[in-house]
Amino acid sequence: MSIIRSLKQLLIVCLLSLPVLGHAQANDEQAQSLLTQLADASYAQKGKIAGEIARSGDERARGWLEAFSAGKLAKVEDSGKFVIVLSNRGRNWTVQDALTGDDLGEISRRDLDTIRVNNSLRSEIDGILSVIDLTVNDADKRLEAARGLRGNVDEAMAKKLTELMASEEDADVKATLDEALAIYKVEEQGDIGAVKTLSGSLNSEARAALNSATYSDDPALKQAAQDALASIETKLKWNRAAETLYFGLSLGSVLVLAAIGLAITFGVMGVINMAHGELIMLGAYTTWGMQQMLPGQPGLALILSIPAGFLVSALAGVAIERSVIQFLKGRPLETLLATFGISLVLQQLVRTVISPLNRTVVTPDWMSGSIMVNEALSLTLNRLYIIGFALVVFVGLMLIMRKTRLGLEVRAVTQNRAMARSMGIKATKVDIMTFALGSGVAGLAGVALSQITNVGPNLGQNYIIDSFMVVVFGGVGNLWGTLVAGLSLGTINQLLEPWAGAVLAKILVLVFIILFIQKRPRGLFPQKGRAAEG
Amino acid sequence: MKIKKQITAGLSALALSLTVSVSAPVAAADEGPIKVGILHSLSGTMAISESTLKDTMLMLIKEQNENGGLLGRKLEPVVVDPASNWPLFAEKARELLAKDKVDVIFGNWTSVSRKSVLPVVEELNGLLFYPVQYEGEESSENVFYTGAAPNQQAIPAVNYLMNQVGVKRWVLAGTDYVYPRTTNKILEAYLKDHGVADDDIMVNYTPFGHSNWQSIVSDIKTFGSQGKKTAVVSTINGDANVPFYRELANQGIKAEDIPVVAFSVGEQELSGIDTGPLVGHLAAWNYFMSVDTDANYDFIDKWVAYTGKEDAVTNDPMEAHYIGFNMWKEAVKKAGTTDVDAVKDAIIGVSVPNLTGGYATMMPNHHITKPVLIGEIQDNGQFSVVWQTPSTVAGDAWSDYLPGSKDLISDWRKPLHCGNYNVVTKSCGGKSEVAAE
Repeated sequence: MSIIRSLKQLLIVCLLSLPVLGHAQANDEQAQSLLTQLADASYAQKGKIAGEIARSGDERARGWLEAFSAGKLAKVEDSGKFVIVLSNRGRNWTVQDALTGDDLGEISRRDLDTIRVNNSLRSEIDGILSVIDLTVNDADKRLEAARGLRGNVDEAMAKKLTELMASEEDADVKATLDEALAIYKVEEQGDIGAVKTLSGSLNSEARAALNSATYSDDPALKQAAQDALASIETKLKWNRAAETLYFGLSLGSVLVLAAIGLAITFGVMGVINMAHGELIMLGAYTTWGMQQMLPGQPGLALILSIPAGFLVSALAGVAIERSVIQFLKGRPLETLLATFGISLVLQQLVRTVISPLNRTVVTPDWMSGSIMVNEALSLTLNRLYIIGFALVVFVGLMLIMRKTRLGLEVRAVTQNRAMARSMGIKATKVDIMTFALGSGVAGLAGVALSQITNVGPNLGQNYIIDSFMVVVFGGVGNLWGTLVAGLSLGTINQLLEPWAGAVLAKILVLVFIILFIQKRPRGLFPQKGRAAEG
Repeated sequence: MKIKKQITAGLSALALSLTVSVSAPVAAADEGPIKVGILHSLSGTMAISESTLKDTMLMLIKEQNENGGLLGRKLEPVVVDPASNWPLFAEKARELLAKDKVDVIFGNWTSVSRKSVLPVVEELNGLLFYPVQYEGEESSENVFYTGAAPNQQAIPAVNYLMNQVGVKRWVLAGTDYVYPRTTNKILEAYLKDHGVADDDIMVNYTPFGHSNWQSIVSDIKTFGSQGKKTAVVSTINGDANVPFYRELANQGIKAEDIPVVAFSVGEQELSGIDTGPLVGHLAAWNYFMSVDTDANYDFIDKWVAYTGKEDAVTNDPMEAHYIGFNMWKEAVKKAGTTDVDAVKDAIIGVSVPNLTGGYATMMPNHHITKPVLIGEIQDNGQFSVVWQTPSTVAGDAWSDYLPGSKDLISDWRKPLHCGNYNVVTKSCGGKSEVAAE
């Protein structure tokens, strides 16, 4: 009895599941055929097939399209099976079955045919995915999707968007969608009403649409577009001014960071240290080393590199001071040549021991990208952090020089060495400490620079001239001078660059400094008093 | 441990080059080993790019020796280090030819170093294989250009952008030296020939190693938001590219909006950056590491085995050396001697397989035939080929788009035997370079 019943049940289950199974198979067959079409199609047809895949209603479609757009959808050469590549580094790639989601382990790159994708397809697929995203619950995600749609709307999408807009509750998303539609209308239909929606928009796609409308044959549309553009242009002017100022400050802060260590060794101690750039380089390499030791935690490694970079460069500085510079006291030309030699030795050492190739220093997530103030003005985050870091370092150094015993002794020794020694200050110890401090700060600069430039053996060379320029311009022996000089040189450079070009801007700044030094040989903030005269 | 290994490797390389240059015996021709000079910077700025080429040559020579050498003789590498110092290149080339009596030189990267070596190899009648893409406007009897001339890289890339992507506005950005300046001059003339207005071309030069790209990138952004599809053609050289691309990513310029096509950015340059934000930016080369051919996969396997690094990358100039070395080898076999004049005559017309599944042929103007590939940057630091020329393109020594050089041709076969023959005046210019600057 019970056996019969269970048999019956089994039968029913089988019967019930049959169509389901059949359905899944049909789905897989359809999917396989769609993906095969995608793999074989030309670039021009691939977009259409991607659309079909999106409309097929298969819940795996999104994953396929995402993988396709990332260049990670591939076909296994022998079996014709489609796979999603999970890791594409090295010669063997980790893959996953695109249809079943099964992990297939590693397959040699030789046996995989990646389905090729290009820029225009990628933006087409982004558009398709954005439309899917517009129906999700998360308002932020919808907003991002809507932003991505601006400039990518086509006729079919426009209809869908109008529908979606009616049901949209979030005001920001609605406004963005409205803008996206208006861009489409201005560009494709020459709609004057839509021009009004776009006036005042700082979005570059909107501006592009208005720009193309100014070439229209319809005088009313042309006029409206020109008016809208004019109003945008005034807004943009202010944004550009703010942007240039930001660029100037950020370049300036880099100069300040690079130069401030030198302001101590050269400015305060009077040692011409041509190896200063290499001390910066050591700091940058320390950052790289820390990231190698802490894989997967670039942010933590970067923070730990701040003390580590300081220490490494400070120790290197002490070694240089003890081994060479102390014997060349009061002989600037020999010091210059000797330290130049040291800089070459350090560079080649790094080349031989580590590698002549540049090293990758990872930028942590919280330092990449930018803060968007408005559509036309965004502040890049890595630069923002560096401006902050430069100020912190500057304030820290000021405090050390003004408020600590070391600072007092340093100032005493530099003002009058003999007098200071007769007061019981150990001048040699102060020399070492000061040089270590200046070198350590160079290391800090290296840590910061690793985030914006190449970490390689030549890193230091690129900054040594600029550093000397800033210190001399600011006034030797004056930290405030270094700050003001660095920031103003940075700003001047960025003001000149747009119309003079980078090469000429650099030359002009150099000429300006030469002329300035002719007039005021002691720089912006000359040291006063008898000590300075000697 | 790893560092120690590298130190010992460095030391042994040093020792090798020392013994090689010190103990160079004066060998009579056709006896003893065949000497192959390698003239690549192992220190200084260019070490980043050139040291890999030295290793490539050492690998090729080692492999050839394992296969029985050439003409029954062993090949012996003579490595010198010109230290990224242009005048030193000329001295080292003289040392290789006069003192070490090498049979052939593979070397140089920058154009300025090639120009410095040129008079030396011409005076001492040497052979130089130059593996890097360059600005053209040169043809020397003693130099074989295995890298791309502008018509094998820049012009096809611009064509791709113009016809396939629909670009209307152009930013020509480059480092301030001879290669970008000449290439951009050619491109500007070419674009204007194709109806691009002056206003739609923006030219920008930056110094070597430029790292502060903020305002330039912002300018490009503004230039690109005028309603016409815009692209950047970049001849930015060396490591200035890393901060440039980083700034592009930070300012939110995506390849879909303003694609950047670069002529100096290869796999090796990309190995220094996180390419996630750069996906879709383009490069034009004659070879990519990602090319799907067995010859290429075998080459990569050999290279990985030789360097001992699983993540070692290959790039276009390496392929150029691979082709150049094989061509020279075939020419020596054909001539039956390493005598420079015999090899020079024998090599014209020699065809060897390249790594992209085709053949490279040495043309009478000392340039070779190459396919042109356009690749998009992927997130793994590789390129995915999106377009390529249907057949190979023969390198053109003298650009057809510059007024000074469009009437010039180069043919080193007899009876013409001239590097800059003017087809209008029917005379040989007599000098090996005239029009470039």
